[in-house]
Amino acid sequence: MSGTDLASPRYSYGGDEYVFVELAEGMSLSVNFRAMAITNKLKEENIKGITDICPSNASYMVRIDPDIIHPDKLIERLKEIDDEVGSASGFELHTRVVDVPVMMEDPWTHETLMRFRDRHQDPDATDLEYSARINGYDDKDGFIAALMNSPWMVTMIGFVPGLPWCYQLVPPDEQVEVPKYVRPRTFTPKHAFGFGGGFAVVYSVQGAGGYQLYGIAAAPVLDVSQTLKDFKDSIVFPKPGDIFNYRNVGEEEFEEITAKVEDGSFEYRIRDFTFHADKSLADPHTYNDEIKGVLYGD
Amino acid sequence: MAIKVLKPGLLTTVQDAGRIGDYALGMPPSGAMDSFSYRAGNYLVGNEDGAAGLEITYFGPELAFTEDAVIALTGAELPPKINGDECPTWEALRVRAGDVLTFDYLKNGARAYLSVAGGVDVPEFLGSRSTYTLIGLGGFEGRALAEGDEVPIGSSDDSASRVGKKVDDKHIPRFGKEAELRVIVGLASYRLTEESMEEFLSVEWTVTPDADRIGYRYRGGELRFVEREQPAGAGSDPANVVDFGYPVGSIQVPGGVEPIVLLNDAVTGGGYATIGTVISVDRGRLAQTKTNDKTKFVSVSLEEALQARKERREELAAIRESLG
Repeated sequence: MSGTDLASPRYSYGGDEYVFVELAEGMSLSVNFRAMAITNKLKEENIKGITDICPSNASYMVRIDPDIIHPDKLIERLKEIDDEVGSASGFELHTRVVDVPVMMEDPWTHETLMRFRDRHQDPDATDLEYSARINGYDDKDGFIAALMNSPWMVTMIGFVPGLPWCYQLVPPDEQVEVPKYVRPRTFTPKHAFGFGGGFAVVYSVQGAGGYQLYGIAAAPVLDVSQTLKDFKDSIVFPKPGDIFNYRNVGEEEFEEITAKVEDGSFEYRIRDFTFHADKSLADPHTYNDEIKGVLYGD
Repeated sequence: MAIKVLKPGLLTTVQDAGRIGDYALGMPPSGAMDSFSYRAGNYLVGNEDGAAGLEITYFGPELAFTEDAVIALTGAELPPKINGDECPTWEALRVRAGDVLTFDYLKNGARAYLSVAGGVDVPEFLGSRSTYTLIGLGGFEGRALAEGDEVPIGSSDDSASRVGKKVDDKHIPRFGKEAELRVIVGLASYRLTEESMEEFLSVEWTVTPDADRIGYRYRGGELRFVEREQPAGAGSDPANVVDFGYPVGSIQVPGGVEPIVLLNDAVTGGGYATIGTVISVDRGRLAQTKTNDKTKFVSVSLEEALQARKERREELAAIRESLG
C-alpha cells in the first residue's frame, strides 16, 4: 500500500444520483490498481439501478438511479467489495499493450503553446524546456527520453469522450510532475500530447485545456464514425487498465500513419497481456522490459 | 413533416432525456436542462417519455411548420405567437401547415421547451437525440439550429385528441430572479476551510455571463482552501486534486472566487476540488436562472434530496394522469 492511501476510503454522495469514493488523496499505482479491482468486481455483479461505473486515478464514481437502489445500500456493498479486494497486491489484469505513436515538438502544438505564452509559468521557455528543468533534467532530450522509455497505464478516461489519463509505470521518485497552465488555454489542437500534475494525456478533440503541451499523437483515440477497425466496438479506443507505450516518431512516419488514418486502414499495434501489479511495483523497470518485449518482440 | 428554421434564436438545440450509460467513456448525458418542463411538454402532446423536443435559450427562434401539427410550449416565460397572435403555454395547440411560430422577449426563466407530437426525429447517437454542445455530437448535425435547417418530425397517431389539454396551474413553476438550490455537501469538501463552507452556504451568489449548458459560474464571495502539502500527482495549486470524476451538478471553485456548477454538457472529470452537488430536482430550477440572477445554495441531507425526488416524480405522474 502506498503511504498516501487514506486509512479508510471516503464515501460521499454526489447529489442523489452519484456515489463518489476517494481511495487516496495522492496518486500511486497501487491505489489505481485498487480502484480498478473494485470497479471491475462491481461491474461483474450487475447490480440493478447502477447506470455508470467510472474508475478514476485514485478514486471512483458510480452513477445510480436512486429510485431503484438507495445510495446507502450501494455504499454498504462497496465497503464489502473494498474489504474483499484489500490492498490489491495480487491484482491481475487481462489487458492490452498498445504502441502509441506521437511526434514530439510538432509544429501544431508548438504554434499553440507560443500563442498562449502569457498564460504560462515561464513565458521564455517552451513547455518541454520548462518541464524538463523543473523535473531536474539537463535538457529536453533527456526529459523526452524518460517519457518515451517506460510504458504508461491508462488510469482514467474522461474530461471529454475518449481522453485517457496515463500514469507512468515507474517508481515514485522517477514520476514526472508539472503544474497546469496558470490560466487555461482557450485552444488545444486535436490529438495533442500533454502533461499535467502527474498525468500524460492525449486530447481526443480540439478544445480548451491547461496541460503542458509536448507533441501530437498520430492516430485518434476517439472515432465517432467508427470507421477504423480498432473502434468497431466503441467510439472510444482507450480502456482503463490499457498499457500505452508512447513512441516518438519522425515526420515521415507521422505522415505515413495519418495517411492510413485518412484512408481507414490504420490499426494500432496491440498485444494481449496479463499485467501483474506486484511485479510492476517490486521491479518496474525489469517488468517494463518484459512488457515492451511482448509489444515489439514479434 | 418538418419544422423550417426561419431564424434560429440565440441557442436552440434538439434535446431529450439524455444519453445515459456512457459516463465512463467521458460522455456527459446532455439532454433537456429543465427536465420537468421538458417532460410535461411531452405529456401534453401525447409523446412517449424520452421523445426529443427543442430547447430554446433566452431568445426565441422563428419556426415554420410544413404540415399540420400539435405542439406545446413549456418552461421559461417566453411568450409564443402563432402568425403574430399570442398563444397559451403549458397547453397542447394545433398549428397548420405554413403557420409561423415566433416569440416575444423573455419574461422569466431562461429555457423554454417546444414539444411536437411525434417528436423531433433526428438520428439517435448512442441511444439519444440530445445535442452535446461542448464537442458537437448528436442532435441536429451536432450543433444548434441555424437558419434554413429543416428539422424532421416523427409521425403520431391520435394527436388531434390532445388539442386543448392543459397542465393545471398549480403544477406550473414560476421562475423569479432569485433561486434557492439545494446541495448535498461532500465530494472533496474537506478541501475548503470551515469558514469558507459557511460563506459558500450564506452568500447570495450572482450568475455571471458564463452560464450555459456546460456550467454556470457565480460571483459574490471568496473561498479558501485548507493549507496542505499537495499530494503526488495533484499539481501545485491549492484548488487542484488528483484528477477525479465530476458528478453532473457538482460544484467546484477554481481560484476560490468563482464557483462553477457543472451541468448536462460538462466535462466528466478533472483536477479541481469539488465541494458538493446540486440535487437532481433543483438542476431544472438552476437551468431557469440567467446572468445577473441571484442564487443561494442550501445544504440538505440525502434523505431530503430523495424526498424531493419522490415528490417530483409524483407530481409528474399526476400531470400525466390529468392529461389522460
